[in-house]
Amino acid sequence: MSELVLDQASRWYGNVVAVNGISMTVRPGITGLLGPNGAGKTTLIAMMSGFLAPSAGTVTLDGTTVWRTTSVYRDIGLVPEREVSFGYLTGRQFVLANAELHGLPDPGAATERVLEVVDMVDPAARRIGTYSKGMRQRVKLASALVHDPAVLLLDEPFNGVDPRQRLHLMALLRRMGAEGRTVLFSSHILEEVEQVARQIEVVVSGRHAASGEFGEIRRLMTDRPVQYVVAADDDRRLAAVLIAEPSVVAVSLRPEGGVAVSVSDFGSFAVRLPRIARHEGLRILELAPTDDSLESVFSYLVGG
Amino acid sequence: MNRTIFRLSAQAVAGRRRGLVLLLIPVALLVLAVVIRLLTEGDVGVDATVGLGFSLALPLVSLLAATAVLGPEVDDGSIVYLLAKPVSRHVIAVSKFAAAWLTTMLLGAVPLAVAPFVLDASDPARAVALGVGGAVAGTAYTALFLGLAALTRHAVVVGLLYTLFWEGVLGSVLTGVRWLSVGAWGHQVAHALSSAVSDLRISSGYAVVAAVVVTVGTVWFTGDRLRSFTLRGDE
Repeated sequence: MSELVLDQASRWYGNVVAVNGISMTVRPGITGLLGPNGAGKTTLIAMMSGFLAPSAGTVTLDGTTVWRTTSVYRDIGLVPEREVSFGYLTGRQFVLANAELHGLPDPGAATERVLEVVDMVDPAARRIGTYSKGMRQRVKLASALVHDPAVLLLDEPFNGVDPRQRLHLMALLRRMGAEGRTVLFSSHILEEVEQVARQIEVVVSGRHAASGEFGEIRRLMTDRPVQYVVAADDDRRLAAVLIAEPSVVAVSLRPEGGVAVSVSDFGSFAVRLPRIARHEGLRILELAPTDDSLESVFSYLVGG
Repeated sequence: MNRTIFRLSAQAVAGRRRGLVLLLIPVALLVLAVVIRLLTEGDVGVDATVGLGFSLALPLVSLLAATAVLGPEVDDGSIVYLLAKPVSRHVIAVSKFAAAWLTTMLLGAVPLAVAPFVLDASDPARAVALGVGGAVAGTAYTALFLGLAALTRHAVVVGLLYTLFWEGVLGSVLTGVRWLSVGAWGHQVAHALSSAVSDLRISSGYAVVAAVVVTVGTVWFTGDRLRSFTLRGDE
């Protein structure tokens, strides 16, 4: 059981702040590091894995500073986003080299065991250069798991992996978490994180925007005023009846036509809108969310 | 010394197109020696061939070998797979140096002994002296260029500038530059072993000590740089 602790960890490059005073404790089980692209996830994982010095603050694994401490790699398995460039090795040779570098007593046996875990026994005889994205991802995972580490850090492990392989990878991560390992993976997709992680840490623009169980994070992200544009054959009358709805917090007529609506409870609004329309004899011509992108969700979290 | 790192590094040197280019350099030197031998009488070509070998072939082989074991891995970041291991960074540096050094000895120093022997078989002592001098210079070159590869992405360019401009152009104009030229150290060691090799008038004791200091210093420096290796994201 290992704990990775970040205490006010920051990293800046010249005038650009990539990670800004983040404190978090990564415990056994699966933690999802969620944030839009460019939020600082890779920088955070680099600091957690000892491949980047924090400009300020500390990163420790069970009390040991990670940066420039070679022995931490006994306990850390890292799956970087970066591709394996040892294309001239076979999968088995690559994993075996990793096992040897860890100084395992029987590197050959460890290699076969981990190839089985990631379901790569058959393709392991082929050269890495011939692998698909999902296979390369699994061989990277095998190289990170070969020494049976207590901590597993994965940077965007699901990126570019096809849906079937993704499910397999998710099942594998769940198993790692259930075994009591401290698993942390980054992603920019909420649904992906929700399916695997119990604990979610949200990072936006280098700041720690939210932290909690996936249920709390989901509520934070969905229970916020959502903006829609509704266009009807009579916008002014539609606006008048909409403002009477408890789920609607604001209504305004848009100069270019349509009604901009702020909704606090999307669930009941979705049920009410068609009923209102039928009751009032209004014809709805358009209904479109105006800020449903993940970025707006994140910026809401940062702002609120 | 780590055998796995050594093996992977040796594969990196031999693999890709670089291995072929590496092989071409000593072959060209030896072909040149054979051609001169066939077309001329006596030992006219020895100084010119040895000069070319010392000032161009040897540093080029060292540069290609040293950058091959470290450069591409650092450039594309895949060295993290080697570094995310509980292996001392200095052991990694020494193992990578060993792979590059072996290449330099085989393809850089040995041809320096073979070429003068081809040209003039009557003086084997001179051939051996040049080979030993080449080994001394090749060792220091390899370490120096390995350190460069750990320091900058432009190790090949900086290494070429050092060899061609500092040692080549400045070294031939300003004799003082010899004291800070790896090639000159090797040359001086060869002179100490055989008087048939010209004297560059720097102390041979100094030459040996300087080569040792540069080798040990830059290999240690490489290890320290690896310890501080920073993984950069795409963001």
